[in-house]
Amino acid sequence: MIQFIVHDENDSVGVVTVEGLKTNDTVTGWVMDQDKLIDIKINQDIPIGHKLAIKKLNKDDTVIKYSVDIGRTIANIEVGDHLHVHNVKTKRW
Amino acid sequence: MNLSEKIYAYRRDNNRVGIRNYVVILPVDDISNAACEAVANNIKGTMALPHPYGRLQFGEDLDLHFRTMIGTGSNPNVAAVVVIGIEPGWTQKIVDGIATTGKPVQGFAIEKKGDIQTIADASKAAYGMVRYATGLQREPCDISELWVSTKCGESDTTSGFGSNPTVGNAFDKLYENNNTLLFGETSEITGGEHLVEARCANDAVAKKFMFMFNRYQDMIERFKTDDLSESQPTKGNIEGGLTTIEEKALGNIQKIGKKCRVDGVLDKAEMPTGKGLWFMDSSSAAGEMVTLCAASGYVAHLFPTGQGNIIGNPILPVIKICANPRTVRTMSEHVDVDVTGLLNRDINMDQAGDKLIDVMVRVANGQMTAAEILGHQEFILTRLYESA
Repeated sequence: MIQFIVHDENDSVGVVTVEGLKTNDTVTGWVMDQDKLIDIKINQDIPIGHKLAIKKLNKDDTVIKYSVDIGRTIANIEVGDHLHVHNVKTKRW
Repeated sequence: MNLSEKIYAYRRDNNRVGIRNYVVILPVDDISNAACEAVANNIKGTMALPHPYGRLQFGEDLDLHFRTMIGTGSNPNVAAVVVIGIEPGWTQKIVDGIATTGKPVQGFAIEKKGDIQTIADASKAAYGMVRYATGLQREPCDISELWVSTKCGESDTTSGFGSNPTVGNAFDKLYENNNTLLFGETSEITGGEHLVEARCANDAVAKKFMFMFNRYQDMIERFKTDDLSESQPTKGNIEGGLTTIEEKALGNIQKIGKKCRVDGVLDKAEMPTGKGLWFMDSSSAAGEMVTLCAASGYVAHLFPTGQGNIIGNPILPVIKICANPRTVRTMSEHVDVDVTGLLNRDINMDQAGDKLIDVMVRVANGQMTAAEILGHQEFILTRLYESA
């Protein structure tokens, strides 16, 4: 069963598509552009629609989704971490 | 999906095709709302469109007010219009603008008569218009004659995967079918503007698009007090998992599909002059944007949502598409097209696009949308600055 979706394997993030994912769950993701499956252990509860990191990122790194820059990290982020407004900000405005 | 099938719709005198048949009672200004609502109460089969503006506006903001009023009355989903204003000058200007479509339109001014006499006179005119409009029959029209707009709302990450690319798939098919299409939401392209620029049909269009994009950025830079987080993206977007405007924008522009070219660029409430895909400079607030689409002459609207925006419009049927299973479960009465199957690969994008076009055709033939059944009639005018 698919629990998260990644647009492209070079993206930094995937998006959770089911409800109820808990800390330490190992979840299965579908990488759309390459049409393959990956497994990742998540480090926090992650709600449906929210993102998990599929790549390790350092503070001030660029986050990639849809193969495009979607902002900068303001903290170090591990694979499986919940990635959202607490650790990523816009580069605009 | 066979796009060469006929739909049954209303062909207006100017040869535009409408899918609804409203008799509208249109106020020129805020203080004429009461008279318009009284007429709509007297005469069944009419609809008043109250709004808060129309006094002491000036310059480009006033031009936009007139374009929005005239465009709304001129929309092919409207059969006939009664216009009521406080004084005859601006009232007549709107009447004259709508009259170029050839549809019945009559104006009434309240000064020197008062509300009661105006309501009586306007009610008599509205009575005749309802007789006229309800005598019109739907007739076979081509799907390609539909002007179709799109704007998304309360987006989340499922919008970018599911409901927005569903609209994109439908737009690619409608573009090939020679329909007249529209997208906008200028601030919501921030981070993906280079992708839209690259889709423009030629340099002149690209230049005009970037002019509109930069004009909006300048406005935001002038007034912002922070990075706009919670406004754009909205609180609801963030709750749904969208983190930055860039991420939201990349999801947003999935709505223009993979093949469509941007053939032209419009200012707010301007009318397209040809077929193809048009970009309209516009607010990303749903009520404002959809009202501008209606004023530009669009007759069907595709509205993908993630967290569940419930918007409707008085004259433009708004079709909701959703890929978020939680939203479809908790807000099902607001969803016209369920594409949750995309997220677990039960259906592919091509099937989702066909499903949407199928619903759009049914709505064009008269089936009511969720927003219509629930009475959502948000008529929200865009303002550019303060009144004088």
